[in-house]
Amino acid sequence: MSSAPPTITSLTQFVVEHAAGDHVVGAAYLKQTPALALADGGVLLIQGEGAAQRVEAHPNAGILTAASDGAAFVTGGDDGRVVRTTPDGKTELVGDEKGRWIDALALSPSGAMAWSANKTVTARDDKGRLKTWTAPSTPQGLCFAPKGYRLAVSHYNGVSLWFPNTEAAPDRLEWKGSHLDVTWSADGRFVVSSMQENSLHGWRLPEKADMRMTGYPSKTRSLSWSHDGNWLATSGADAAIVWPFSSKEGPMGKPPRECGVRPAKVSRVAFHPGALVLAIGYEDGFILLVRLNDAAELLVRKGDPDNGAVTALAWDRRGTRLLFGTDGGAAGVLTLPA
Amino acid sequence: MSDKIPVTVLTGYLGAGKTTLLNRILTEQHGKKYAVIVNEFGEIGIDNDLVVGADEEVFEMNNGCICCTVRGDLIRIIEGLMKRRGKFDAIIVETTGLADPAPVAQTFFVDQDVSDKARLDAVVTVADAKWLTERLKDAPEAKNQIAFADVIILNKTDLVSAEELAEVEARIRAINPYAVLHKTQRAAVPLDAVLGRNAFDLDRILEIEPAFLEEGDGHHHDHDHGHAHDHECGPGCDHDHGGGLKHYHDEHMQSVSIKLGEVDPEKFMPWINDLTQREGPKILRSKGILAFKNEPKRFVFQGVHMILDGDLQRDWKANEERQSRLVFIGRDLDGDMIRAGALACAA
Repeated sequence: MSSAPPTITSLTQFVVEHAAGDHVVGAAYLKQTPALALADGGVLLIQGEGAAQRVEAHPNAGILTAASDGAAFVTGGDDGRVVRTTPDGKTELVGDEKGRWIDALALSPSGAMAWSANKTVTARDDKGRLKTWTAPSTPQGLCFAPKGYRLAVSHYNGVSLWFPNTEAAPDRLEWKGSHLDVTWSADGRFVVSSMQENSLHGWRLPEKADMRMTGYPSKTRSLSWSHDGNWLATSGADAAIVWPFSSKEGPMGKPPRECGVRPAKVSRVAFHPGALVLAIGYEDGFILLVRLNDAAELLVRKGDPDNGAVTALAWDRRGTRLLFGTDGGAAGVLTLPA
Repeated sequence: MSDKIPVTVLTGYLGAGKTTLLNRILTEQHGKKYAVIVNEFGEIGIDNDLVVGADEEVFEMNNGCICCTVRGDLIRIIEGLMKRRGKFDAIIVETTGLADPAPVAQTFFVDQDVSDKARLDAVVTVADAKWLTERLKDAPEAKNQIAFADVIILNKTDLVSAEELAEVEARIRAINPYAVLHKTQRAAVPLDAVLGRNAFDLDRILEIEPAFLEEGDGHHHDHDHGHAHDHECGPGCDHDHGGGLKHYHDEHMQSVSIKLGEVDPEKFMPWINDLTQREGPKILRSKGILAFKNEPKRFVFQGVHMILDGDLQRDWKANEERQSRLVFIGRDLDGDMIRAGALACAA
């Protein structure tokens, strides 16, 4: 008995595919229900094997951006509408920008939400009260602080930290160039943005100390913090680039981990909610799980060039199921064996 | 490559007739669907769910290249449109009357995500026959738009005399001799003359003005001789004004065209890179088709300021002369220096 060990363990038999029908913009678990936000304006609620309910969240329009708090899916459309969809299939209009594209969306754990259209950023608190702020240029990313009603807004030449309930001008984190997505660490000490110039920029708060994270061959459009807040996984290279944030200084002077090196660019990353395991989606449709401690890899899905790049990844709250979607309209659920 | 979405950039000074042309494109039956990126949202009275309002946001790239600017809003909007790419066949970008076309064009070369999915089809400039001559004197933007154009729609020709029309046409040619020029009223031009031009593919550039290119060894016409036989013509004037098209030299904007035989890539590549690095701020556009020695394929390149994009394309045909051709359009170009440099690259 001397057969070679398999190079990679496969979980593909635990994946059930669901045809989404269109480019998947976002994925989320709404309580127990896997949900996909589609570019054609629909939200797909997956009910079970082969069964799904399609909700027309943006009739005759498209979804540009989506975010979830685990209870509902909030989607922003090219019809200028911000719509909240719950797992029972009901929709509620929460914002209307009169046909202007909704470029960015964010939800806070406390029930607040924010969106932007052109230069106007709107924050809506948990009671539905709206506040607006005009950014210096069109924002591309929004992210709430882990605590308190405060919003990070990324734009040209920096990120602004805005308290919607105060009149004071937002605090500006400056760095020359165009900032895309933005994320805030769980301890509130780091704000990190991805940039047009294929790099990340971070600020350590409150000192606003700059951190440059470079070396990417393309733009980073997916960022995910580990459950313990010690690691930030990023897309944009031929491996997931995972930066260490456990020390006071953040990742400065420390090399990042490179997980799941493959001859294809990583398009999405999603950390497991309770373990140091990273789900990595690639441009060719491959999905791997990589354990950070020993770099062990598990195959979730083999790519198929015809059904596109992985554009959405989401774990359920307990971390037993992984939902994914591609820009070619493929989607599926991995259920980890017990 | 061929499944990239073609993008037409529509420029023109205020009041030239851009919106009229755009409305025609959106209302005429041509079997194609266009996504339109506009600046004055609401000016278009058309119900089209793929009209997107944009704020022109010109960004500098942090790559050490001073004239490397892009339109950040375009990058974002094209990314969004590509999520619905089955909904349209092509994209039209309307710029404001005061816009410099360079950042728009550069966006298609500099941003990898955009250039992976979309390609610049042509820059179309709408010009007002009555007012263009004045605007060329007082508005640098108007001159840039003419210099950048692949296609020029010389509109409102019913508002000028034949004399004035010849005058404005000569002014245009002094700046940009190789754009395709259509004279129109109410922007009534066949749409296939505007859309689907493939002008940036270069297969037809430099072939449309053979007379111009055959000058080759330098310009030897007189400087601004339009006044020599000038007089005030009334509406009844139908005599000959000296024959042919007037030939102007614009004081600051000119084109340099060069024709030579086979070229040594070992000499050409460093030369063109160095030239565009040094002279890039002055060079608005450059284009060329090159016959590299011992290379069966044509090398085709184009550039905007310092940014160059080129690759080997189709084979030279058996009946084609292996000739290299280059055109530069820009401000205060030293034609003799550029020509000498190019000729020194001969194989």
